[in-house]
Amino acid sequence: MRYVMAIDTRKCVGCSDCVVACQTENNVPVGFCRDWVVEVVDGTYPNVSIELRSERCNHCANSPCVRCCPTGASHFEEGGIVLVEHNKCIGCGACIQACPYDARYSHPEGYVDKCTFCIHRVREGKDPACVSVCPTSCMNFGDLDDPNSKIVNVLKNRKFKSLAPEAGTKPQIFYLV
Amino acid sequence: MHSRRKFIKISSLGLGATALVGGMAKWVVGSSSPKNISIGSQSPVFAKKVPTYCEVCFWKCAGWAYVTPDNQIQKIIGNADDPQCNGRLCPRGTGGVGMFSDPDRLKTPLMRVIKNGEQTYREASWDEALDFISNKMKEIAEKHGPESMALFNHGSSGKHFTQLLNAFGSNNVTAPSFAQCRGPRDTGFELTFGESVSSPEVTDIRDTRCMVLIGSHIGENMHNGQVQEMSEAIDKGAVIITVDPRLSTAASKSKYWLPIKPSTDLALLLSWIHVLIYDDIYNKEYVAKYAEGYNELKDHVKDYTPEWAYGITTIKPEQIRQTAREMANASPAVIIHPGRHTTWYGDDVQRSRAIAILNALLGSWGSRGGIFLKEGFKIPEFPHPVYPKPSWSWQDTLNGRYPLAKESITNTIIEASIPEEGKEHQIKGWIVSGTNLIVSIPLKEQLMKAIQSLELLVVVDTMPMEITGYADVVLPECTYLERYDDLRATAHREPTLCLRMPAVEPLYETKPAWWIAKQIGERLGLSAYYNYKNFSEVLDWQLKQVGLSLSEMERVGTKKFARKTPVYIDPNSDYQFKTASGKIHFYSKELEEAGFDPMPKYTAHDQPEEGFYRLIYGRAPMHTFSRTANNRNLVALMPENAVWVNPQVVELWGLKKDQHVWLKNQDGIVSNFSVKVRVTERIRWDSVYIVHGFGHHHKPLTYAFGRGVNDTELISKISVDPIMGGTGMRGNFVTFIKDQPKKEAKS
Repeated sequence: MRYVMAIDTRKCVGCSDCVVACQTENNVPVGFCRDWVVEVVDGTYPNVSIELRSERCNHCANSPCVRCCPTGASHFEEGGIVLVEHNKCIGCGACIQACPYDARYSHPEGYVDKCTFCIHRVREGKDPACVSVCPTSCMNFGDLDDPNSKIVNVLKNRKFKSLAPEAGTKPQIFYLV
Repeated sequence: MHSRRKFIKISSLGLGATALVGGMAKWVVGSSSPKNISIGSQSPVFAKKVPTYCEVCFWKCAGWAYVTPDNQIQKIIGNADDPQCNGRLCPRGTGGVGMFSDPDRLKTPLMRVIKNGEQTYREASWDEALDFISNKMKEIAEKHGPESMALFNHGSSGKHFTQLLNAFGSNNVTAPSFAQCRGPRDTGFELTFGESVSSPEVTDIRDTRCMVLIGSHIGENMHNGQVQEMSEAIDKGAVIITVDPRLSTAASKSKYWLPIKPSTDLALLLSWIHVLIYDDIYNKEYVAKYAEGYNELKDHVKDYTPEWAYGITTIKPEQIRQTAREMANASPAVIIHPGRHTTWYGDDVQRSRAIAILNALLGSWGSRGGIFLKEGFKIPEFPHPVYPKPSWSWQDTLNGRYPLAKESITNTIIEASIPEEGKEHQIKGWIVSGTNLIVSIPLKEQLMKAIQSLELLVVVDTMPMEITGYADVVLPECTYLERYDDLRATAHREPTLCLRMPAVEPLYETKPAWWIAKQIGERLGLSAYYNYKNFSEVLDWQLKQVGLSLSEMERVGTKKFARKTPVYIDPNSDYQFKTASGKIHFYSKELEEAGFDPMPKYTAHDQPEEGFYRLIYGRAPMHTFSRTANNRNLVALMPENAVWVNPQVVELWGLKKDQHVWLKNQDGIVSNFSVKVRVTERIRWDSVYIVHGFGHHHKPLTYAFGRGVNDTELISKISVDPIMGGTGMRGNFVTFIKDQPKKEAKS
């Protein structure tokens, strides 16, 4: 089992519903976020293009955050989901430094927090909150090891990229371009 | 005191109920959140989910409010059965919980009093406030007649106050949604097809093969169903053509982006009509069967060639031809999108007519992938005595102007509220519900004159918006998550019914609009119109008339009904359009008889002087009007607006990214606050762009105060559409002021 996301940049309108849905689903304190939207503008008027991307923890297969965590709070769960166990986290912030995606933040209650792929929902067979709310349905979530899954089909048929591949972290979020 | 209605800051009063705010804030930062939620091993526990439909915008998506065991609303999720949202709310709907938890909400009724010679508000009981209002209304009716009471409204609450005024004897009910927004579009389509495209629009985007957006930015205007369908159309490979001086989000997803010179849209539309006709690529069968006036149209557009349009629009002739061919290739599965906010330059009905004519030439009305035929569901009205017939109404405030206005015009009601010797139809009292007139209505001077002249101004709102500072009485309404409202009966692809019911008890001393209206009505001796204790009885009665019940709707939230009529025109049928002749009107006799051009003509509009840039305003997907700028869940996504400036202009002015500048318009009006410069290639060099709804100057909006600029204050020139009274607002130009201008601090 290998949980991945494939996000269609051709459809994303950058509305940030994924951000709000994550906040209300996971009780993320207002002012912090586990996911965010990036807009990249390229070219000069009138030959301009935009790429809009919803970003979050890449749940890397080769995770610098898990490797550097002194207490083992950052760890892998089923399907390669990277989690932080809050009770074990001492808030040292080593993982925040190690992450090339700037995906983690210090929760006001003293631990490090980030995207969980909504593991509590995934275990109930649901999509993560961000995926389930997206008005453009530009986000896909699924098991890359299941050859019959929609996500495998999507990735087979579309060009895609991942972020900062040069970091060698083996990110598990793919952007359809 | 009423001749001098001083603006009062509600914050300066040190009002109570802070303890409750503290309670909410604690919840917002999540200190009560079980840690297992964050760790993610377990799902949160909810006591119940309650059906509602959203009130953050007019799309009114149905959803479920999830209530925790300690009676807090944690999240709102779309109702999967509602075709307006398909279970997916937009960011504003998801963040609607921030409206409920906003610490700045109005909490108790407030009444204007004079204390030590100063005007101020004091907290009042509901009885006091309602008695005051009803006594004043009686006084106004005795002196001037009940017609002298007017209502400005926007949103679900407005219906309750409309009924109140109707029972009282006035139909001077108005909303900015007509003369400040969709009025020209609706009028233009009614003149052409005999009906408007309604709301939610009847555009068949999901099955379209070609969609043209002209000044409409779907994706930034987050009209949920349309955004979802545009995404579906992209998936299916539809061609999108976007006409916009700004690279909008939609433009960035389009096969063709035509970066038009602002104010010249009608020239482009006319040249497209020219190409379709003179290149002989329009839908001949459809036009022959359903339209009249083709020959007149052909003659009329003879000189509107792409070469002619090039000089005006800056769009190359070949691009005009090519995009016209794309439309023709997709016909009839093509939509020239009618847009929504269409009050731009004062010839907006004619521009909308050109859009309607293009749709007709391509055979889109009544075709799959074009514009479908809506079907609604009639809900009987709860029995009440017949409303008295007013001796005059909003039509009388037009004074012979705007002959084709089908809905009331805010500005003529405002005009009628300014006393004048011998004026026959005078308005003396306003109820304002759910619309912040200070930000939604251009021409502030006229508005202020009217406000200062009123004998009664009642404002009903959930938030201390700017308009509340001018009220005699402020009534705190509970949010949509805490109340019943009318059923949402939607006419669209499928007739749909949705219920809104309270998810939790109203916080503070707030009350639902139905209760407020009923209380005032009963005090005015109109009890016969309010033959119920709770609004739930009205809903249950209505639902039972159509074979449903309140308890069933509480369970499902949304109910869809099977259509009885076809969704598209059967090409073998003799379909009759809703015009006088049953045909589509290329040539409008109605316009001609009213003294206007029967077919749209291009007229040039003013251009900015050197050093000035056209002020273009629009939407961001996470905000609605000015009503969400204080919503903590949404401001986290976009705290303020920025002024978009082309890098060439930035260089010319020596501006820097994120530098704060003030904007000054052609009439010397300077923005209240500064705004950050966003340097971007997404905007033309002759224009600047800001998102509407920011720059609040009312301190009680503790978050929104002073963040960004308010475009409305810079719109001091309006071009009124003589056909229906729309207030064109895109003819204003601004320049930059780099150093803080010296002026009196405003609150």
